[in-house]
Amino acid sequence: MTEVQAGQGTQPLEVPRIDARPQRYRDVLIALVAFVLLALLPVLFGSKQLLDFVIRCAAYGLFATSLNLLVGYTGLISFGHGMFFGLGAYGFGLMMQKTGVPIPVAFIATLAMTVVVAVVIGAICVRLKEIYFAFVTLAFQMLIHSTILSWQSLTGGDQGLRGGIPRPPFLGIDLSNHLHLYITSCALLVIGLLLMRQIAQSPFGYTLRMIRDNATRASFIGIDVWRAKLVIFVLAALFAATGGIIMALFVSGAYPEFAYWTISGEGIFINMLGGVTTFLGPMVGTVLLLILNDTVTRLTEYHGIVLGIVILFFAIGLRKGLMDFVVEWFAQRRGEGRA
Amino acid sequence: MDLDALASCLASPACLVTQTTSGLIIGMLLFLVAVGLTLIFGVLKVVNFSHGAFYMFGAYFAMTAYQVTGSFALAILSGAVGTALLGLIFERVFMSRVYGRDVLMQLLVCYAFVLIFDDVVRMIWGPEFKSMGMPAAFQVPPLFIAGGVVPPYYLLLIGVALAAAALLGLGLARSRIGKVIRAAAHNPGMVSALGINTGLIYGGVFALGGMLAGLAGALAAPVRSLTPGMGFSVLIESFIVTVIGGMGSILGALIGALLIGLIRSFGSLGFPLFTEGLMYLFMVIVLVSRPTGLFGKEVA
Repeated sequence: MTEVQAGQGTQPLEVPRIDARPQRYRDVLIALVAFVLLALLPVLFGSKQLLDFVIRCAAYGLFATSLNLLVGYTGLISFGHGMFFGLGAYGFGLMMQKTGVPIPVAFIATLAMTVVVAVVIGAICVRLKEIYFAFVTLAFQMLIHSTILSWQSLTGGDQGLRGGIPRPPFLGIDLSNHLHLYITSCALLVIGLLLMRQIAQSPFGYTLRMIRDNATRASFIGIDVWRAKLVIFVLAALFAATGGIIMALFVSGAYPEFAYWTISGEGIFINMLGGVTTFLGPMVGTVLLLILNDTVTRLTEYHGIVLGIVILFFAIGLRKGLMDFVVEWFAQRRGEGRA
Repeated sequence: MDLDALASCLASPACLVTQTTSGLIIGMLLFLVAVGLTLIFGVLKVVNFSHGAFYMFGAYFAMTAYQVTGSFALAILSGAVGTALLGLIFERVFMSRVYGRDVLMQLLVCYAFVLIFDDVVRMIWGPEFKSMGMPAAFQVPPLFIAGGVVPPYYLLLIGVALAAAALLGLGLARSRIGKVIRAAAHNPGMVSALGINTGLIYGGVFALGGMLAGLAGALAAPVRSLTPGMGFSVLIESFIVTVIGGMGSILGALIGALLIGLIRSFGSLGFPLFTEGLMYLFMVIVLVSRPTGLFGKEVA
């Protein structure tokens, strides 16, 4: 039986650094610079479309990067990760519409609810392997989707959560102001990415890579594989839900499509597009897919054909995601230079 | 939820017959699609995510052939043969490039073709709903069994699907080609070393799988409306069927398809809005209690 290795192939294992602190400072610095650059964007370009684009990138980017914690780092191909995106959007939207609690409270409560749901679903799912894991996650996703559709009195059924999400100001932040929403989304994105980066580079992150490459060996040296998989499943769910919350704030509502399996499919596609072996691959994939979607939809009504051909180019032509390709290309060039 | 409706139906023989037949035809159509999927997985070890497209093409091919020739038999035949050819080309030109590679890459190639095929259908046949219409031979009054309504076409549909199932099962178990296919599923390297062209076997199995899905689409064309993207819900349902039955098991596909058909038909009475949810719930329950499906072999 071949273990699914998510594009790893025969590459040697990365060797963990003994002291990760210098890298941590570097990551925090990069995150700060990235945030400052994003915050300067509205000053340099006043275009609302661009800011909207970045907000959507933040929502989908958090979702896709968290999916990569499962797919790329742990070798868990989840087809149902989108359920947490939808759960975040609906949980937050409902909380704001029904209870009128301040936004930070609703935010934290939504994440808490996500943890509970993810622990229950994850405990069942991570027992299964490979394709069965993929399908049982898909089944849970569709179960949640069906529940949203049928629980009309609460969720509005196929019409979605309409009527807008109230956004009372808090701590001087007014999310009904477009600029405030933009900065908040950017902050959530950067903080989320930084946290995920820390998870990926931590000893726990390397445990995940070991489980991906050889789960049997991992359990032989005393790692509780089931628990490690469950922990990353729940953590990834949290970031996906955060993406969903940003989306709900952005569109001021929540729709059943947010919890439909195609969201998960798109997430996987984004990962493959950008690459699963580099941390920022999914972010690159998100930007690529959103640009692709926007331009192709504007140019032709047959955007499926164009998108399909682009996917084929990556899957059969490049045989890997863009970031993977670029990184390997540089590594190869450097190797040649030395030789 | 409408449990009273479900209870009163279960108490009435007429309703029982009607719902059971409707569950059976859903199940038989699903079986034809799912058995192709499970066969392709069993032999090629590929999860063919584009399988629903073959169902869609089968329906459109049948509709066009019926409009051109007026013969229902020719319509069914062109649905089946057309998709078999399409499957063969698709497998040889594209899928064969990603064998043994990352599962994600295979899924991605299939996903690309789901998008492409849907748009191709939209280009050729237009985006709106189409209907083929019931062939004249079957525009006869329905049969009444214990007071339940059973259109004659349903009987044909169930008969053809059962015949296909029997033929497939016997063919795989008894015929020489069936044995070679089973051997290739088990140990392709050995089969190849014995001088048998495994590429041909793979192409053939993919074409066979495509043909079964196309046949299902052609059979469904008179009773369902045709639209680009119609393959998708069928794909998801047939995935559920294969997973419930156990990936690679033909008997499992049959049992799984019938169970899903019955759940859908009776579930639509008791839980009108949550019928789909019931299917997923059932799948979750099966996978939790038997992680490789009802008839799946334990994956080592």
